[in-house]
Amino acid sequence: MSDQVTLRVWRGDSTGGAFEDYRLERVEGEVVLDVVHRLQASQAPDLACRWNCKAGKCGSCSAEINGRPSLMCMTRMDKVGGDVVTVAPMRTFPIIRDLVTDVSFNYEVAKRVPAFNPPARPEGGYRMQQVDIERGQEFRKCIECFLCQDVCHVIRDHDELKQRYAGPRFFIRLAELEMHPLDTNDRRRLAKERMGIGLCNITKCCTEVCPEHIKITDNAIIPLKERVVGASYDPVAWLGRVVRRRKVRTSDEASVQPAP
Amino acid sequence: MAQLHETEHRECDVLVVGAGGAGLRAAIEAMRRGLRTCVVTKSLLGKAHTVMAEGGIAAAMGNVHPEDSWQVHFRDTMRGGKMLNNYRMAELHAKESPDRVEELEAWGALFDRTEDGRILQRDFGGHRFARLAHVGDRTGLEMIRTLQQKAVSMGVDVAMECKVLRLLTDADGAISGCVAYHRPSGGFLTFSAPAVVLATGGVGKSWKYTSNSWESTGDGHALALWAGGELIDMEAVQFHPTGMVWPLSVRGLLVTESVRGDGGVLRNADGERFMFKYVAEMFRAETAETEEEGDRWYDDHAAGRRPPELLPRDEVARAINAEVKAGRGSPHGGVFLDIASRRSAEYIKRRLPSMYHQFMELAGVDITRTPMEIGPTCHYIMGGVRVDADTAATCVPGLFAAGEVAGGMHGSNRLGGNSLSDLLVFGRRAGTGAADYVSGGRGVAPLDGTAVDAAVEEAIAPFSRDAGESPYEVQHDLQDLMQTNVGIIRTGTELTDALTALDALAARVANLSVRGGRAYNPGWNLATDLPSMLTVSRCTTLGAINRTESRGGHTREDYPSPDAELGKVNFVHSQPSGGGYREEIKTVPEPILEMPGELHSLFEDPT
Repeated sequence: MSDQVTLRVWRGDSTGGAFEDYRLERVEGEVVLDVVHRLQASQAPDLACRWNCKAGKCGSCSAEINGRPSLMCMTRMDKVGGDVVTVAPMRTFPIIRDLVTDVSFNYEVAKRVPAFNPPARPEGGYRMQQVDIERGQEFRKCIECFLCQDVCHVIRDHDELKQRYAGPRFFIRLAELEMHPLDTNDRRRLAKERMGIGLCNITKCCTEVCPEHIKITDNAIIPLKERVVGASYDPVAWLGRVVRRRKVRTSDEASVQPAP
Repeated sequence: MAQLHETEHRECDVLVVGAGGAGLRAAIEAMRRGLRTCVVTKSLLGKAHTVMAEGGIAAAMGNVHPEDSWQVHFRDTMRGGKMLNNYRMAELHAKESPDRVEELEAWGALFDRTEDGRILQRDFGGHRFARLAHVGDRTGLEMIRTLQQKAVSMGVDVAMECKVLRLLTDADGAISGCVAYHRPSGGFLTFSAPAVVLATGGVGKSWKYTSNSWESTGDGHALALWAGGELIDMEAVQFHPTGMVWPLSVRGLLVTESVRGDGGVLRNADGERFMFKYVAEMFRAETAETEEEGDRWYDDHAAGRRPPELLPRDEVARAINAEVKAGRGSPHGGVFLDIASRRSAEYIKRRLPSMYHQFMELAGVDITRTPMEIGPTCHYIMGGVRVDADTAATCVPGLFAAGEVAGGMHGSNRLGGNSLSDLLVFGRRAGTGAADYVSGGRGVAPLDGTAVDAAVEEAIAPFSRDAGESPYEVQHDLQDLMQTNVGIIRTGTELTDALTALDALAARVANLSVRGGRAYNPGWNLATDLPSMLTVSRCTTLGAINRTESRGGHTREDYPSPDAELGKVNFVHSQPSGGGYREEIKTVPEPILEMPGELHSLFEDPT
């Protein structure tokens, strides 16, 4: 490897832009975000880039590095390899400027998720076993970097579905709530009718890019799909519900937020 | 006066500045009271620095050690803070944190569990009992996501990626709102609000090696001071003993105290567990004398006393500094933190997953096999806006402060785990305080157009200077100065030099130039952060000059011992002749809040 590196960074805004090359010296141990920061402090002070923790915990610095959706703060320059490293903004979301995209779609979807709704607190507090909460804990590792949303082809290629498709980040949220030992709501119909779980065809791209290594497809989406099928099409489950006089909540019934 | 610069205008009852733990908890409380609440944050929602907290939330729930109580937690907190704390804040904090943790659980937080299904608690430095409710080593993420989801379910109004430039006051000096700008567009905004809650976090970005993100520029500290508020204990800066030291690009990145709580020990280059040499008199009675005794304690707290690696952070950071100075440091200028030789790989990966990941990805070090190289990093400021403990009110009517930006709770040194509980307890109290204030009949008032124009003009001035300096250069020099002269060990002459150098830096801030447009321009954003950074750095330096003793996070080489008289005062900073980063700062000692007799008696038992 040479002692110089070229960072090829996309510069522009919503009206258009292009890649620009910057030559910098190579520094041992650096991650892509370090190089972006050195660029800002030297050649490109107005280069827009979102970041916060620089430790892979906040999920702010998502970008496409040599075409692969990644966190800039967790991608070592020496692991990327080569003397030219390309950094582009996430392709699925509208551009604000340079590497910064408008991720407000995700915050809008978040508002439509009915939050955790527990029964009243019993004397002495809630009790839950570690084994019962570990599934939920896996999904709560999510740092909301939205890389899974970025690679999800339903969001990427189907603008017309955005109103009824939530995307992998919110499927793990729904799965977490559905698997919570204390939750009293039932979001299965809602997952199908308003969040579009059925539109996901489990290509596992989301799992592949997750920096927290959450098994989004295997542990959240597929089990959630199974629960939705049980609530909608399974004749045995239907009979069970009739016998036990249980009802699947409609999307409207499920769309309630807990008391403040 | 009429306002010349056009701004987007919004109105609310309670404006919360900052969307970390304290800000979100305050907003939830204000919304519960039915008030129109708006949260302004410099970043996206859910990215605030709270997300970085690793170890846990300190609360005397007694789930692991039933003998724990608020009294013991209170006593630990005060002793950790070297008795400089606002006792009332420490008392409320110790009493209320268990309820705040349980509340989080009812809002969806999934804490690790005990065998019988309750919230598990872990050991931490300075806490007598295992007290930290946690989720592996990502407790901050759990907390912020829980608060975020709760606030969103209540329909919170969040202005994301907005930076507040100035608070606005009316003719009587009461809060009327603020001026801000929207980072994505660069457009200016004004908020009219009778109550403002500052929850802006810390100041670490003024130091070179810090665990803090770009946001920690002391905005709230400066906004309060400029608006007529007071800052206390600004010299009390916590250097966390264990930050990464290599690679250089991640130097300062936090390594959680849980590594030590879960069995990790500190060794110097000779392999010696050096902490046994650094046990201060105050902690001798409760600290193990031998390695064997310390090791017994992990399994059974009755079988031995706690190992010295779990002394409060100021003690450990100073010891590491001394070892490195004595030439017994690690290859990259730190010491070794070793859990690999003491716990199984499976245990380490389960208890400390993010640390495993962080070292593997960033340093290429497998912490289940190799010790970590660590050293002190600027982590937290104990000092902050002076507040009333019960209401979080400042001396400016309508202005409230909670979390790291508020001072007093932690005295001169904070115990690990006490910050997350601080955010919850005083975030809630600030929400209540603000709501009570607004319910008392305070409404939205017109804003001072001249003050709005002045703030806007100061912010855009760097665009019209062609030959000025780059904000990055000034920031770099500020960080170098604070690291070198106002770092972990301080001396009188270096501090006085720093004060002169800060004046010179302030003159350079007044002559910055910025390239490009206003839309998402990080160079410009930094230029607007520098006035806050300068202001808090001046206060820290002034406090450090005045405090001619060593206490907690403030260590003076020329005054190495504590001074009983100085332990009875806070140094209070204000700007009586006008607020601004170049205006004069007045610093005076004022007596600390006196503790009532019944609380005093808690300190009589020496163990």
